[in-house]
Formats: sequence, C-alpha cells, structure tokens
Amino acid sequence: MTPNNSSRPLTFKGGIHPSKDGKALSRAAAVREAPLLAEYQLIVQQNVGAPPELLVKAGDELKKGQLVAKAGGFVSVPLHSPTSGKVKEISRIPGPMGVPVQAVIIVADGNDEWGELMPPLDWKTAEPQAVRDRVRDAGIVGMGGAAFPTHVKLSPPPDKKIDCLILNGAECEPYLTADHRLMVEFPEKVLRGAALLGRALGVKDIFIGVEVNKPDAIEILSSQAAGFGVKIVALQVKYPQGAEKHLISAITGREVPTGGLPMDVGCVVQNVGSTAAAADAVLEGKPLIDRIVTVTGEPVKTPGNWRLKLGTPVAEAIRFAGGVTCEPGKVILGGPMMGFAQKSLEVTVMKNTSGILLMKKDDIIQYQSTACIRCGKCLDACPMNLQPGSLSAAIESEKFDLAAKNNVMDCVECGSCAYICPAHRPLVQHFRRAKAEIRNRSKK
Amino acid sequence: MSEEVKAEVQAKIPAQAETPPPVMLPKGNELVLSSSPHIHAAENVPSIMFKVIIALLPAVFAGILLFGAAALLVIAYCIVFSVAAELLWCKLAGKPLSTVRDLSAVVTGLLLALNLSAGVPWWLCLIGAFIAIWLGKQVFGGLGHNPFNPALVARVALLIALPKYMTAWVPAKFMNGNAASYARQFFTPAAWNSVLGAPLDGVTCATPLGLVGTTAKVLGPAPGVFAEVANPTAYLQYFLGNVGGCLGETSALALLIGGLLLVLFKLIKWQIPVFYLGTVAVFTAVINYCFPGVTPPALFHLLTGGLMLGAIFMATDMVTSPMTEPGAIIFGIGCGIVTCVIRIWGNYPEGVSFAILFMNALVPLIDRFATKKPFGYHPWDRKKGAQA
Repeated sequence: MTPNNSSRPLTFKGGIHPSKDGKALSRAAAVREAPLLAEYQLIVQQNVGAPPELLVKAGDELKKGQLVAKAGGFVSVPLHSPTSGKVKEISRIPGPMGVPVQAVIIVADGNDEWGELMPPLDWKTAEPQAVRDRVRDAGIVGMGGAAFPTHVKLSPPPDKKIDCLILNGAECEPYLTADHRLMVEFPEKVLRGAALLGRALGVKDIFIGVEVNKPDAIEILSSQAAGFGVKIVALQVKYPQGAEKHLISAITGREVPTGGLPMDVGCVVQNVGSTAAAADAVLEGKPLIDRIVTVTGEPVKTPGNWRLKLGTPVAEAIRFAGGVTCEPGKVILGGPMMGFAQKSLEVTVMKNTSGILLMKKDDIIQYQSTACIRCGKCLDACPMNLQPGSLSAAIESEKFDLAAKNNVMDCVECGSCAYICPAHRPLVQHFRRAKAEIRNRSKK
Repeated sequence: MSEEVKAEVQAKIPAQAETPPPVMLPKGNELVLSSSPHIHAAENVPSIMFKVIIALLPAVFAGILLFGAAALLVIAYCIVFSVAAELLWCKLAGKPLSTVRDLSAVVTGLLLALNLSAGVPWWLCLIGAFIAIWLGKQVFGGLGHNPFNPALVARVALLIALPKYMTAWVPAKFMNGNAASYARQFFTPAAWNSVLGAPLDGVTCATPLGLVGTTAKVLGPAPGVFAEVANPTAYLQYFLGNVGGCLGETSALALLIGGLLLVLFKLIKWQIPVFYLGTVAVFTAVINYCFPGVTPPALFHLLTGGLMLGAIFMATDMVTSPMTEPGAIIFGIGCGIVTCVIRIWGNYPEGVSFAILFMNALVPLIDRFATKKPFGYHPWDRKKGAQA
C-alpha cells in the first residue's frame, strides 16, 4: 500500500493553524545531557492501565536501570531506576494532574552506574515475540502523551488483521520539539525501532508521518529509510495532525469507526519517541529511564531540548535551561493545546512528559465567554465533524442524553473548538465534563 | 598595554569565574491553573463585527455618493439610535453595559440604515432602531439568540406600519443627467429637511421593481412590455446604483466588493449568496423564457431591489443562517425561491426581506438535518460506525 501518490503533503479534514507555534525557540537546540541530580522523585504510576507493583522499600540500594516496580497486569509496564543510589523513602509528591501521587525518592550516589542490562538482541533476527516481551520489560509506553503500554498495541487479538504501522512524528503541538530533535539527531534509532516494531506486528507497510515544518527531519529520515523498509510521509502543518485517528486518516484514508481502535482499520500507531526507546531496549537491553524533553516558553532563559531522567523535578529542568527571565504565569506539562497546567514545580518528569512549557503572565488571559454567535468556526475546526456549538448548549443545560446522542463521546478533546471560538466559549472543557458525567452514569 | 591595565584585567578574570550568574527560578506561587487549551485565536466577537463594518463601507460610500448628505444623516441616526437602544435595554434589564462594546449594535444600525430610503424622517430611524434592537434581538436574549435578522425585522415592521415613508424613494444624484452639477446636488435641502422631519414633497421617484410591478398590473403580460426598464443602458445604471431605492441597496458594484471582503475575511459562507443569486437567476430566466411578459429577464432581477444587499449582507448574518455548508446551500436556494415567488406573483414588488425572514425561521430545522457526517460513522446510517 502506498499513501496518496500526490506530491502534496497529506492531511485530514478540519483542524486549526495555531497563530503562534513557538517551535523556533527550541527547534535548533541539540539534545543536551542533563547533569546528575542529588535526588530523583520517581512517580510510580507512569502508564495508563494497572498501576505497577512496587518492589523496593526505604533503604534499598539501587543500580541504574534496576527494576523498581513490576507490571501490575497485562495493560501495565514495569518501572526502572533512573540512576544508581539508595531509596530514601516512598512518599507522596504533587502529581501532574493536581492530586498527590506515590513516588520513590531516590538519593543518587553520583556514580550513575548501570546494573545488569537485559541481553541485547540482534535487530535482524529478533523474533516478534521476543521484541514484544522486550518492549514490555523495558517499560515502554506511548511517549507522545497517552502513556499507553506499547506492548499492548503490539499484541492485537488474532481476529484483527494489522497491515500498517504508522509512526507519529507529526509533533503538531505548538512549542514542542522533542520528537523533532530525536528524528534529526537519532534517525537510525527511530528507523531501527520502526523496523523492529514492524516485525513484531508482522506488517510490511511502515510509515513515519512528519509535518513539513520539520524539513530536516524529513530529509534525513528519507535518505536512510529505504534500508529499513520504512516510508516517510510528509504531512501538512495542522493541529491535531498527530492525533491517532487523524494521522491514520491522512496517511491511509481509513476512518477508525466510532468507539473503535486503530487496529479496527488494520493500523497501529506509535510515537517516534517510544519507537526509539524500543530500539534501545532491543538492541542495547536498556530500559526506559530517561527521555527527551523540550523545556521552552518565552520566560525560559535558554529554551532547548534535554535528555532528562524520569523523576527529574520540573524546577530542576528549568534550572538546566538557565532559569527564567521573568516570573511565568503558567507552567504546563506538554504543549499549549492539550498540556496540563501545574500548580507546583515539584512535579517530576514522567515517561509521557514531552515538554515543560512556561508562559508569560501577559499571555495568560482569563477570557470572559459570551453567547454563541453561531459563526460555525468550531464546526470547521472539529476534526471529528461534531457540532461543538450546539453540543455545549446541550451540556450547559445538563442535557447529557442529548449530548451523547450528538456523539460527544467521539470528542478527542484536542481543543481546536475552544481555541478558535470568537466568543471564547469553553467548549472542550464542557465536553470533558460531559464525557466524565456520561461515563459515571453508565457505570451506575 | 600598560602594566596597570594588565593587572586590572587579570584581577577581573578570577572575580568573574568565582561568581557564576545566578539562576533565577520561578517562585511558582502565582501560577494560573486552568484547563487546556492554553492559547487562543486572536479573533473575537468585536473583531468580527469590525470586519463586517469594513465590508459594509463600500456600500456606505456608494449610498452617500448616490443619495447625498441626507444618506449620511440617516446612517448616523440609525447607528446612534441603535447603540442608544442597546444601552437602554442593558440598563433596564440589568445587564452589563460592556456588551455594547461588541459593536453588534453598530452593525445592526448600519444595516438598518442601508435598508432605508435616504429621505426617511429621523423618528422613523428611532422607531426602526428600537424595533431592531429590542424586538429583533434583545427580547430573545441578546446577540446570538435572535432567530431573525434584527435589521430585517425592523425594515419589514416599518414597511408594513409606515408604507408611506418607507416607499418614498429619493432619486439618486446622477439620475436625470444631473451628474454635471453633482457638487451642488450633493446637499439636497428637500431630502435633508425630510430626514429632519419636514414632509418629503416633489423629490420622490419609483424603483425599477416598483415600475415593473405597476406595468405588469396595468398592461397585463405582454412581450416587450419591460423594454423600457430592462435594457443594457438601464442595467449599467442598476449595476452602479444610479436608480431610486434604499440608500444601501442600489449599487450592486459596491455590494459585490463588500461581499468579496466578507469572503476574504472568512465571515460568511459563500454558498449563501451564490446559491441565493443563482436560484433567482435560474428561476426568473425560466419564467421569463416560458411565459414572456410576466417578468423581466434574470439580469434585471439580479441588479435591482434589495437582492444584492439581502443575499450578501442580510442572509449571511451568522446568527440567523445555517452553520454548515450543505445547510447554507439549502438556505440560499430557499431564499431565492421565496424571493422570486413574491416578486413575480406577490402583492409587494420586492420579496427579499420576507424571503430571508421566512428562511431564518427554518434555520433550526436546517441545522438539525444538514449536518456533516461525524468522523468514524457510516456515511448514511449515523447510528453505525464507519466500515472497517
């Protein structure tokens, strides 16, 4: 299968073009290694699904890469120590979602010494099952933000025929450049990982979708892709191009059915960061203990991309970036469209932390929303072809059944509607609430 | 380099190395917590209204150019009274006066003025403004909640209640070959005084549509009966706006420029004016061809009356038109059919206002059915998912 032969970059219907993409701040900054910290606060649950089971207690000695927690079920992954040292305590620290979470506080011994690594596998002969097991044992999850265990996506039920692996290098969130730098600086790692994951799935067609605002990434990947049986697909710059369903739609023209998964249309989508991590796990036996994080935003003194160990506090990450030039109004984990605003700088880097974004106080506007003027911009922006305007009206009058009937559950919460609304209506916020409400009601 | 300077330089080097620049970390005690998205498009309601006003300017200038100082007076009255009506309502209803800042009352006032003759008395502007703002908009809950275009509600109410004033058309300044003395003509005391409340005598004229209506009724359908009003020379005058009529509706040229601006600003769905005008063109062409003498040719219909103003500025009002493209097409076609039926067989010579108001009433229905297929659903069975 080949994607649409036209030379034009591919895309999906709908979406928005954020006026300020902010990538210029950090896209030229090569990935830097962060200095070793004295202490890491490793959040225990870093994956969607079952929480991992903790294996260590206060006082335990740890080597770098040593198992800290084992997978708590099939939809779960183990967790490894980011450095060598000693467990100071198991305590609760501020979590990224605003509620305290369990964390292992590790005091580094300063040696940063690896423990016993998993045996490397040969990338040309590794068996599919061995690759799947290794991806699970290395604790790899969706590093674009979803944190869904990668090995689960590599293990589709037998009745689902998978013929296409798509790697997500769109990085459509403004400001973020972590995946961009990864593709430019470690193209071979990404391509090897792609070939390995393709083998694990038994697919012939492997695509890497990259937005055309990363021409250097497209060029370098394309120049080496043929040797790995991977095709590089140029995508239009549009948000949310990197949303799973819309990436599939852009590249294959297939439409994931409502309530379905990519595997229902024969596709599996993986983030390029997870793919590179899989390559490390298989070829070098290294578990996932660090990741590339974009530390950026106008208040940051030297915005850039750092390889940060899991458990690095946000405040320390900002220190690596030279601190701030002015007091920020917002600190966001992730990008400005779907990231989470933080109240505390003690939150630590997790497997799905793609960026730490600081916003100037002047850029924080508390909008007064006014009545819908039915301009229809939200309808054009919604990548799911929903009707955000009338949906929000239904939700505001507590008509959740009507909202469900009008497909609110299909909302991917990309926020395009709320971004574009000239009346500043909190549309996606209403939909999040309605989805939670409807889920709760159906449980009863 | 002198010894002194060298010593000075050397003294400085270790001092610099000893004090690395302090890293300023955020204190983090004033962080704002809010749900994503954290950025927002620059466009807001006032900026949309401002762009609409910009797009209306060609028609405003054409109106003043064609109908003189009296037109300016009518426009000023309508805007001032509309804003006053908005302010008064907000005051009485205990709403924040800040809603006046969204400029929507200015747009309504301007549209109302464009729908009036250049000789209407000031108190008619006052009544019109209050009907538009109060009955057309605020009783429904304000901007965004009104089912009908407020300016059209006012125009139709005035047309029915005060036909004598609403159909006293002031001739354009260039009619009757007076272009040479334009400067002197610009300020016509008769029209000016009429706006200020004096009776409008001796300066009225008929609109082309009005003429056609009378001709058809008096002479009955006969071939060639419209030759006087429907010929290339007359068409050029209609296109430029050099005829009698409402001060903003006569110049098709100015309105088309405004329409282009609206499309460029992405404020309207082009399907509404295109399908509206297209339907009128096809409908009248067919009637004109099949039943000679019943109605003038399509081009006459396109260039006369309030069709251009209605199709480009009134029917496309965001609040009162469908939100999807298929809905816009249905809406445009519907407006076209009702307009033609009224123009050809109705009692009124003009049907644009009634047609748009009629279709406004159907918008909720259109919006309910003319929806886009949600992503991931079966093309026609919306209860089912897309086929894998």
